[in-house]
Amino acid sequence: MTTAPVIKKNIFNRPERPYVNPYLGGVVLGIILFLALFLTGNGLGSSGGTTRLVAFIEDQINPAHVDRTPYLLKMAGGDKDPLDDWIIPVFFGALLGGFTSGTLFGRTKLETTKGPNVTNQTRWLMAFLGGTIFLYGARMARGCTSGQALTGGATLAAGSWAIMFSIFAGAYALAYFVRKLWN
Amino acid sequence: MNFPLQDFIATSTAHPWTYVLFGLIGFAFGFTLEMSGFGNSRKLAAQFYFTDLTVLKVMFTAIVTAMVLTFGAAGLGILNFSQVWVNPTYLSSGILGGLIMGVGFIVGGFCPTTSLAAASTGKVDGMFFVFGGFFGAFLFSETEKFFDNWYTNAGYYGRLTLDQVFHLPIGVVVLLVVLMALFMFWGAEQLERIFGKKDLTKEPKLRVAGAVALVVLALAVVFIGTPSLEEKYNKLTFTRTESIPQLNADPIVNTYTYSADQMLEKRLVQIAPAELFKTVYSQNINLIMLDVRPESDFNLYHIKGAINVSLDKLPAIIPDLLSEPPANSVFVLMSNDETAATEAWKQLSASTVPNVYILEGGVNNWIAFFGKDESFQPAASIGTDQLGYIFPAALGSKYGSCDPNPVNYEELEFEAKIKLQFKRDKSGGGCG
Repeated sequence: MTTAPVIKKNIFNRPERPYVNPYLGGVVLGIILFLALFLTGNGLGSSGGTTRLVAFIEDQINPAHVDRTPYLLKMAGGDKDPLDDWIIPVFFGALLGGFTSGTLFGRTKLETTKGPNVTNQTRWLMAFLGGTIFLYGARMARGCTSGQALTGGATLAAGSWAIMFSIFAGAYALAYFVRKLWN
Repeated sequence: MNFPLQDFIATSTAHPWTYVLFGLIGFAFGFTLEMSGFGNSRKLAAQFYFTDLTVLKVMFTAIVTAMVLTFGAAGLGILNFSQVWVNPTYLSSGILGGLIMGVGFIVGGFCPTTSLAAASTGKVDGMFFVFGGFFGAFLFSETEKFFDNWYTNAGYYGRLTLDQVFHLPIGVVVLLVVLMALFMFWGAEQLERIFGKKDLTKEPKLRVAGAVALVVLALAVVFIGTPSLEEKYNKLTFTRTESIPQLNADPIVNTYTYSADQMLEKRLVQIAPAELFKTVYSQNINLIMLDVRPESDFNLYHIKGAINVSLDKLPAIIPDLLSEPPANSVFVLMSNDETAATEAWKQLSASTVPNVYILEGGVNNWIAFFGKDESFQPAASIGTDQLGYIFPAALGSKYGSCDPNPVNYEELEFEAKIKLQFKRDKSGGGCG
């Protein structure tokens, strides 16, 4: 055995530790959200980052098309740099933070999390489909669970509370029909 | 120091630390989500089958914690809440978008940020969700043009918070939300006991102490209340820069900081009729003229485009002024002279409406400047803030001087006092 896999084993095969108590996780998350609001006036978010990355890619391929599409125009029209926004460092920070926590507590490994009665391929397809649907809805609602439910919930934004309950309503309404995916 | 920090409201190459700070916030965000189990789609989906309600517990604990701290800091006057991003309410697109997100959640097993935590820890399904997300955002940007009007206007209420909806003091709303969350936690644990066969006796006792602490903090927020307008007014600061040209060198730039009263005394916010007139035709400025005189005076004579809002109705429209898009709005207040307009200026400034100015000398001065040719009959004797002319009929803005012809006034000299103050770009905040 060469040395490289050994090092890899040491970093990634740490003993898997259990998740923290949800209330403790919530308090920590709440303090982070408060600090974000307190220091910068902005909350948390991520789906805005996805959109800006899409706008950036489209702007590289076909800038004229961006200038003709009203939704993209606001972010990437003309000289505007869609990546010059606070949500971009938050987006990549979240990727790095998730990786660090997962690695530290022995949860970073190549696997597919799914219900016991579906194949990996089905799960992947559904994850892709779910991501597509979720982001479509998130852009329509101008924010996802982070930007609307969490941030708007904490600042008592009326529309965000309506969105939060709509997310739960949508998921609960459909849960029974897709129960085979998860149970 | 005033929070939020003005330099950190948006990323800027002038302040490279902003990237570091937002990166750290994101890092802590992703770390906490993964740590709480949000990188695992089965744990997330279990929320909707009542076996494991981690999603609800984490989310609502985070919401109430951040809420209590935010409104506590705002109540103590450390945090300026009107500078904090509050998602504007678009009820129709919000509710439909929310329902669609719910479908995406149960089908895909993640929400956008949790999919980042999953993908970064090697979960293949998380990666597929992220890719699907890019495709979804792409689809939305390509199809938005078909319902742009609905998306932009349907159910739009601007910056609207729950205390305004229910007509309750904000502290009371904070307390009610905390109590509702605690009730939901209790319900969630019962559901986990029934559907998830969870043994509640193994749950840490500390959570009860946490609940009590939360209620105590919420009660403190009720007790602190919100700072009065007067307190906010006294804390206001304005900066003005003065550039002195130098021979063969860069100009010297002096920056001065003034209190609100100093701005009024030094007459830095009273703009000449000529400057107001030029501003009407400025492409860069979204001008909003607020005429705070009684309706009877307004009906007799007013500048074209001015909106009549009497002083007592002013507080009610402040939320609308705060959410006025886009970033370059300038508000000009006017009364017959300056008395009522100055009072209105104090109110709006204390409520941190940016870029508020007063028409120098009021409507009387405007008429004296632009209405020379119309030979209005001056009133015999006028008291404070009364109309200085007699109008035989209530013609409103139908006089020539209400809407002077720009061709006749191309060369106007005045001291330009309008300085656009930085205002957060509303479209850049939140997730949007």
